[in-house]
Amino acid sequence: MKSREFVTIIEQKKIASDIYSLWIQTEHIAKGARPGQFLSLYSQDKSHMLPRPISICEIDREQGRIRMVYRVVGEGTAEFSHKKAGEQIEVLGPLGNGFPLDVGKKRIFLMGGGIGIPPMVQLAKELDGEVQVIAGYRDELFLTEELKEYASLYVATEDGSAGTKGNVIDAIYAHKLEADLIYACGPKPMLRAIQSYAKEHGILCYLSMEERMACGIGACLACVCQSKEVDAHTQVHNKRICKDGPVFLSTEVEL
Amino acid sequence: MKNTKVTLAGVELQNPVMTASGTFGSGIEYSEFYDLGRLGAVVTKGVANVPWPGNPTPRIAETASGMLNAIGLQNPGIDTLLERDIPYLRKYQTKIIVNICGKTIEDYCEVVERLSTEPVDFLEINVSCPNVKEGGIAFGQNPKALEAITREVKKYARQPVIMKLSPNVTDITEMAKAAEAGGADVLSLINTITGMKIDIHRRTFAIANKTGGLSGPAIKPVAVRMVYQVAQSVRLPIIGMGGICTAEDALEFILAGATAVSIGTANFTNPYAAKEVAEGIEAYMEQHQIADIKSLIGAVG
Repeated sequence: MKSREFVTIIEQKKIASDIYSLWIQTEHIAKGARPGQFLSLYSQDKSHMLPRPISICEIDREQGRIRMVYRVVGEGTAEFSHKKAGEQIEVLGPLGNGFPLDVGKKRIFLMGGGIGIPPMVQLAKELDGEVQVIAGYRDELFLTEELKEYASLYVATEDGSAGTKGNVIDAIYAHKLEADLIYACGPKPMLRAIQSYAKEHGILCYLSMEERMACGIGACLACVCQSKEVDAHTQVHNKRICKDGPVFLSTEVEL
Repeated sequence: MKNTKVTLAGVELQNPVMTASGTFGSGIEYSEFYDLGRLGAVVTKGVANVPWPGNPTPRIAETASGMLNAIGLQNPGIDTLLERDIPYLRKYQTKIIVNICGKTIEDYCEVVERLSTEPVDFLEINVSCPNVKEGGIAFGQNPKALEAITREVKKYARQPVIMKLSPNVTDITEMAKAAEAGGADVLSLINTITGMKIDIHRRTFAIANKTGGLSGPAIKPVAVRMVYQVAQSVRLPIIGMGGICTAEDALEFILAGATAVSIGTANFTNPYAAKEVAEGIEAYMEQHQIADIKSLIGAVG
């Protein structure tokens, strides 16, 4: 049986403007979790009906802990950010499929944009090979220390305040980087650019998608994306991001 | 032992709690959280004669104490429902209610006929989806059209027929009377209330369909009022819904005149919501020494 539960907050820290890092104690989620999966976080304010899907940033399986790094974008995430170590938060997970790990390629790009960067930390930890993280920020950097620990890190900023001025694709060209496998997570325009980059260069590419969700478990059909293949649920061309994803082959989805 | 059993059109339910169509899929995802046999019935997501792809995304938006949705009745069609979902649901000690959508009377009747020999307990006719141009709302906002489709569906139906009413009408009692005149066995109400949300930062509509159906606690007082009005104006049993999150909410609907209640949006807020409402009703009966839940139906006043 799946269970939604209250878990204890181990640490809550602001790591950039509106960006928070949250460690929770949850043995059973930590045991089963994989990079690229997410958790649903529930508000205790009854005027907020829907859980917030938050990606997993790090998994500490030994101590039974999960780290999430999230952006405060509204009242729900603001409520989470006010919770302190020792307090409880209601969660459900792990949800979604996560990134496939053993696909037999050794030169790897992990491309993250904004709040799509956090899942790359655990992914970088678990991958073998030549792992190159290309992280795109608006201006302020975060998680760079963690990423450098497990991979070589290349940064792009929109305002040029750090790394390459521009986006993650600009950074690839600026550093003449090469890969035969890409994992990406970030805003739709970035995923679209990476999808066409991968196609142009014939690179195997996995994209982690985002969409507004209601149930988070595959029942409500709110968070679908258009897929080339017929989906298992409805047998049309609508895969459920929360259940069939959030990670899809770049050749499988239409953005 | 408290008696929580209720009867709808001659079919006995172990308790009055069911799930609102569209919020619970066919129960498969929620069966990972609890035994569906704890519910009076499972109401499946609307199904048509063929698969429907639904609307573009974003399909939902949260609002104060509620949400807007315009899923657009994405569904796998009756073939898949019969092959995959009904056999799965049959494993649980609960009644099965299949919600049916269509574009024409013929579409509805085709699905109703396909279900006539299947092991399902009720048919719920969705003539009130506000999010699809031809998703039935044309039938649900005109009393003559509603009476006609009810009569036609009844010709093919072998199970009791529940007509699901839209709140997006001037006088819901007129619609209730029309469904009764057409031969409906049960009424369910309310479907969602048409609404809109605008994203002021992007200066766009919050959902791709522009309008969506508002659900959740925000609509509960409207729903309770409509259940009460309909209970006063027709003799048919009523399944009440609209923003029920707790047993206390459910009891309001029962006291207003509902024989059974459906849990919808609350399933998203709390995957155990429907089961907890059923347990909470039992606890209320215990606490107030109510031997039979039927004594509470319409007992307000």
